[in-house]
Amino acid sequence: MDRIRTLGRTGIGMIESLGASSMLLWNSLMWGGPGSAGFGDLVKQLFSVGVRSLSIITVAGFFVGMVLGLQGYTILVDFGSEAALGTLVSLTLLRELGPVVTALLFAGRAGSALTAEIGLMKATEQLSAMEMMGVDPLKRVITPRLWAGMISMPILALIFSTVGIWGGAFVAVDMLGIDDGAYWGNMQASVTFYNDVVKGIIKSLAFGWVVTWIAVYQGYASMPTSEGIGKATTQTVVIASLAVLGLDFVLTAVMFGGV
Amino acid sequence: MAAEQAYVSIRDLTFSRGERLIYDGLSVDFPKGKITAIMGPSGTGKTTLLRLIGGQLLPDSGSIVVAGQEVPKLKRQQLFELRKQKMGMLFQTGALFTDLNVFDNVAFPLRTHTDLPESMIRDLVLMKLEAVGLRGARDLNPAELSGGMARRVALARSIAMDPELIMYDEPFTGLDPISMGMIVKLIRCLNKALGLTSLLVSHDVEESCSIADYLCLVSGGKVIGFGTPNELMHDGNDEVRQFLRGEPDGPVPFHYPADDYRNDILAGGEG
Amino acid sequence: MQKRSLEFTVGIFMVMGIVALVLMAFRVSGLSVSDAGDTYTVKAHFENLGGLNDRAKVSMAGVTIGRVTNIYLDKDWYSAVVEMEINKDVDNLSIDTSAAILTAGLLGEKYIGLTVGAETDFLKDGDWIEDTQSAIVLEELIGRFLFNKAEEG
Ligand SMILES: Nc1ncnc2c1ncn2[C@@H]1O[C@H](COP(=O)(O)OP(=O)(O)OP(=O)(O)O)[C@@H](O)[C@H]1O
Ligand SMILES: [Mg+2]
Repeated sequence: MDRIRTLGRTGIGMIESLGASSMLLWNSLMWGGPGSAGFGDLVKQLFSVGVRSLSIITVAGFFVGMVLGLQGYTILVDFGSEAALGTLVSLTLLRELGPVVTALLFAGRAGSALTAEIGLMKATEQLSAMEMMGVDPLKRVITPRLWAGMISMPILALIFSTVGIWGGAFVAVDMLGIDDGAYWGNMQASVTFYNDVVKGIIKSLAFGWVVTWIAVYQGYASMPTSEGIGKATTQTVVIASLAVLGLDFVLTAVMFGGV
Repeated sequence: MAAEQAYVSIRDLTFSRGERLIYDGLSVDFPKGKITAIMGPSGTGKTTLLRLIGGQLLPDSGSIVVAGQEVPKLKRQQLFELRKQKMGMLFQTGALFTDLNVFDNVAFPLRTHTDLPESMIRDLVLMKLEAVGLRGARDLNPAELSGGMARRVALARSIAMDPELIMYDEPFTGLDPISMGMIVKLIRCLNKALGLTSLLVSHDVEESCSIADYLCLVSGGKVIGFGTPNELMHDGNDEVRQFLRGEPDGPVPFHYPADDYRNDILAGGEG
Repeated sequence: MQKRSLEFTVGIFMVMGIVALVLMAFRVSGLSVSDAGDTYTVKAHFENLGGLNDRAKVSMAGVTIGRVTNIYLDKDWYSAVVEMEINKDVDNLSIDTSAAILTAGLLGEKYIGLTVGAETDFLKDGDWIEDTQSAIVLEELIGRFLFNKAEEG
């Protein structure tokens, strides 16, 4: 009986936060585009959300590309089709690993920082102070962060895939001795701009939106204590990662799979 | 008092935090153009009252009228408009924006709400900072300020837009006697010169009595005394006397509501 | 000064994004600016496509010279029709060019291989390739092999 009650309460709580976070999203985005809170604010957030994630994305992308090159080679060489390595590396990165791994790293790096920052602003009453000055913190604090996340994520994912493909080329061509022309030629023959590149960008846009939304909501709704902020930060990473993986399945099914 | 016009008028206010009833049918008028000090034991809900007036909390029932507008009934947009034009608030913790330096903190409301040229904003900001004696600290970050300095910067910020109603939540705590004297003078000046209505939460009986036109004593969710400092000092009411003289024993409880101390201790031993 | 450098860094970030997109477009997906428009379309009937896909490549002597753009069933003949676009600069395919569906490697993807004939007239936009050879379907091949074996035995 108690367990059922707990389950019910958890369910109601989840629906409540879904409603509250939807209202947050609505109120922050309804009233204006990326520059509505002042262009300076957006640039500042692009810096802390996007540029600050650049190093981890680049390094991770390079390693993931190299690993794909090595693993792909050992599999393909058994079929005598190691010339298809470029295709394998690029398609894997563009369709899946680029958007997904970038989103997971983004949730850990930028998402948790967003939550902690907003949670701290709440705990130190900065958001209240803003409200009392007649400035809506949703527009002033949340909106530029949401936009910065949505703009940064596709850029980061593209950079991740690019670096990864060149990392794969480094392993394939320079280390394993696959013909340069075969690597790039096969890739160009099978990768299509709309089907692979654009669909990957659509994925990363969706991920950027979800991760940032979860991050700002967790910060905005956090308990204004150090423990509450810590918990909210963890929640951001957990929920955002799961949301990314779940959404990835749906998007893959809709865009690539014949489900 | 009846002759004076009320700027903030509260009727039958009820408000609770979870199970705990904080205000139970509170009614009070804060007169226009005067300084009213709100006093009461810690945890009675003085900060809560200021937040209710500012529309950050919604009452369970009752009405709160500020400048003729019923605050709990306002739409989001109207509420922000009212705050922007009429209200200023100094938070107990200062609540400076940590990503902006002192100058930008004070300039924030001006830059957001006005189209003034940067040179004029500079003049205004320096004026406000001069008033709190921190013109020299304009390039510091909030993290580099002492508690008292942060409070003074926050004060400068809350008066930046020249509001009609300003609410100070404990402006004196953590200030040295000199800054305290300065702030007292500043609050009084602002009040006299601009005809501001000021609400001031403070525990400092002496300072409050010297600065305030009226005292409002709150305890147990109700107003237990309202009047000029002189009237209250000579009021026969026990509660009021106890609070103003700082006597430990009397009708106002020092303790947060709890079980009997003896029982509590014994219960621990048994368990 | 500090503000300027912040904006500069963000600008660089945006430029990096654009560069990555351009690399993706031209280096990785082999999109070429002259791709659109500069092609002409020819069609061919096949008995069996055996898994040929849209956007499969069309090659001649191992060089990709075009792509499959459309595949549908001819209801009168119950055979497959493949439309392919050929790069404009390959304008000298004789009208008796033959088309075959081939496989890259043993299990690789299907593509169309063209072989020129001897005629002096060239294929134009909308022409049909008459001489076609369907995909070799592995199952059929194995089936025939077993059948032959059985007859022998
Ligand atoms: N966010 C909250 N959630 C639940 N209860 C709260 C919350 N904030 C305050 N309270 C409760 O409301 C009561 C009034 O708090 P408030 O901050 O208004 O007191 P105060 O009169 O300003 O005290 P002090 O003089 O110490 O600042 C306290 O008893 C506190 O326990
Ligand atoms: Mg308080």
